[in-house]
Amino acid sequence: MNKTSTFWLTALGAAAASSPLAAQEAVGIDARVNEIFANLTGPFVNLIFAPFPGTSFPWIVMWLVIAATIFTFYFGFVQFRFFKHSVQLVKGDYSDPNDAGEVSHFQALATALSGTVGLGNIAGVAVAVGIGGPGATFWMILAGLLGMASKFTECTLGVKYRNEYPDGTVSGGPMYYISKGFSELGLPGGKILAVLFSVFCILGALGGGNMFQANQAHAQISGIVGDYPGWITGIIFAAVVFAVIVGGIKSIANVTEKVVPFMGLLYVGAALIILIVNYDKIGWAFGQIFAGAFTGLGVAGGFVGALIQGFKRAAFSNEAGVGSAAIAHSAVKTKEPITEGFVSLLEPLIDTVVICTMTALVIVISQQLIIDPATGNYVLNEAGTAIATVDGNSGVSLTSAAFASGISWFPYVLAIAVVLFAFSTMISWSYYGLKAWTYLFGEGKTTELVFKVIFCIFIVIGAAASLGPVIDFSDAAIFAMAVVNIFCLYFLMKLVKKELGSYAARLQSGEIKKFTH
Amino acid sequence: MSVKIVIGLDGTDTGERALAFAKDLASKMDACELLVIYVIEWSPFTFQTAEENAKRHKRREEEIDLAKTRIVDPAVKALTDAGYSASGIVRHGDVAETLNRLTVENGGSQIIVGRGSSDGFTKRVFGTSTQNLVMHADVPVTVVG
Repeated sequence: MNKTSTFWLTALGAAAASSPLAAQEAVGIDARVNEIFANLTGPFVNLIFAPFPGTSFPWIVMWLVIAATIFTFYFGFVQFRFFKHSVQLVKGDYSDPNDAGEVSHFQALATALSGTVGLGNIAGVAVAVGIGGPGATFWMILAGLLGMASKFTECTLGVKYRNEYPDGTVSGGPMYYISKGFSELGLPGGKILAVLFSVFCILGALGGGNMFQANQAHAQISGIVGDYPGWITGIIFAAVVFAVIVGGIKSIANVTEKVVPFMGLLYVGAALIILIVNYDKIGWAFGQIFAGAFTGLGVAGGFVGALIQGFKRAAFSNEAGVGSAAIAHSAVKTKEPITEGFVSLLEPLIDTVVICTMTALVIVISQQLIIDPATGNYVLNEAGTAIATVDGNSGVSLTSAAFASGISWFPYVLAIAVVLFAFSTMISWSYYGLKAWTYLFGEGKTTELVFKVIFCIFIVIGAAASLGPVIDFSDAAIFAMAVVNIFCLYFLMKLVKKELGSYAARLQSGEIKKFTH
Repeated sequence: MSVKIVIGLDGTDTGERALAFAKDLASKMDACELLVIYVIEWSPFTFQTAEENAKRHKRREEEIDLAKTRIVDPAVKALTDAGYSASGIVRHGDVAETLNRLTVENGGSQIIVGRGSSDGFTKRVFGTSTQNLVMHADVPVTVVG
């Protein structure tokens, strides 16, 4: 089923549900799904986002930022020292031409990016800026820069400790490096922690990698064709994903994988056009970002609110410290695992520092967020939880409105981009979740099919549930992965440092040379 | 001194004609080695799914094995049976660039290839591998029609 037919089926579904009786029944299903979902996930979400006693600061946000800061210092600002080398690796300057045909550094990076660049960059940033104000962007950029070191650490380990099977296929990721790395260091509990990570990875795959995507794709489509029940979008999405991951219809995945990078470029291009047209407001927008970062400019929770939103969204978008990228990067065939670490550190830069900042700037410049002219502060909505917007938009519809203010027809392009990004992220996360699932239950057709069916059911639930519970659960599931992963990285980081020292010395001495083409 | 002639095969009839021409040329020389090369078109800058990446090493081995058993090994055997000194190589990469690099690395003095087989839009925009080879090769190239 191609994208055009998806749209038509969605539109037909919407038309079918437009009779009063059908609409009432459909809304009833949505509301029930939503209520059950919120009740089931509530305790888990509350545990992950519990604040430090006496404050409103969730401990999990600090957990991620402290880890990224520690890795940055421990590896001596590796993200800046080896930035040029990382770019050279992606270009293939250090790739042996006789190894051509294996997964290249560029391909591993592109695959990992297709799992991360997506709705986090479009809808997630709108949520962050909508609640935390423009100041959230500053903290998002900072978290993105620090997160580069987290990504470097986990992806190096992902390649170093991956499993290579006799048939030539590979499986890697935190569950493998945790169990093997702990065993190598003679530390106890590696297996238990690997199992715990796998459980959270499955939840993350079903949450952020699935339900959040379905939910926001539905929001975008219904924004264009008119409001209709989410389960209709969910069933259509589930059918297409099912066709790919169970039916093995690779053509759909192949088309998506080729179109998504172009949609990404189109998105950045459109953002650049809007910024160029409004070049006179860029200085003002950065002023808002810096002022908001340290004063909050009236947002809920002040500058701490901006900081929390910025850090949360950066982590959700680039997944640094979460461990998912380590699964994607582990397929690279390289004699030097650390080279994949260098390549992976470009991910948070592209995802968060470049693309997320573009979205944030467009939202700020489009002046969708309402400012009180008397005080210069942002006006809060009636509930006092987020900034009031011109048309009451939030999430992806806020980004859509911001782009529409510069390019009127862009919401249509954005709708297609959102659907494709959502689809591509779902396919990536179905693989990550599957790897965690097979780590727990073993490889085998039946066990794999069980996971794939569960994955598709959650697409329907995600599209039907309202935004609040879905975002909360998505965040909680992704961050739960980071709890285990980062805890283990603290023990394993010395192994990475050893690799880094050896590689840096050989690079400096000229033992590691560029290949001339 | 022995001369090494490289024959670039692409699994089509034009490759067979290149092979026949190389044999004819070699028969007129005192000492000549023939090197048969088959390049599997591959770019490191394409986009793949995570699952494809995980299976890539296995696929690569299969592709090399297929190219060896179906194209290169039969060609080398036919040459050897006919009394020529011949060997074969299979690699992935950009066809023109890889053929030229392997020729230089192996001390080849000229390359014999068939006329390109791609057509349509790709040919108009990027040219054929043969055209690219002729433009960029470091040794003389003979194109057999």
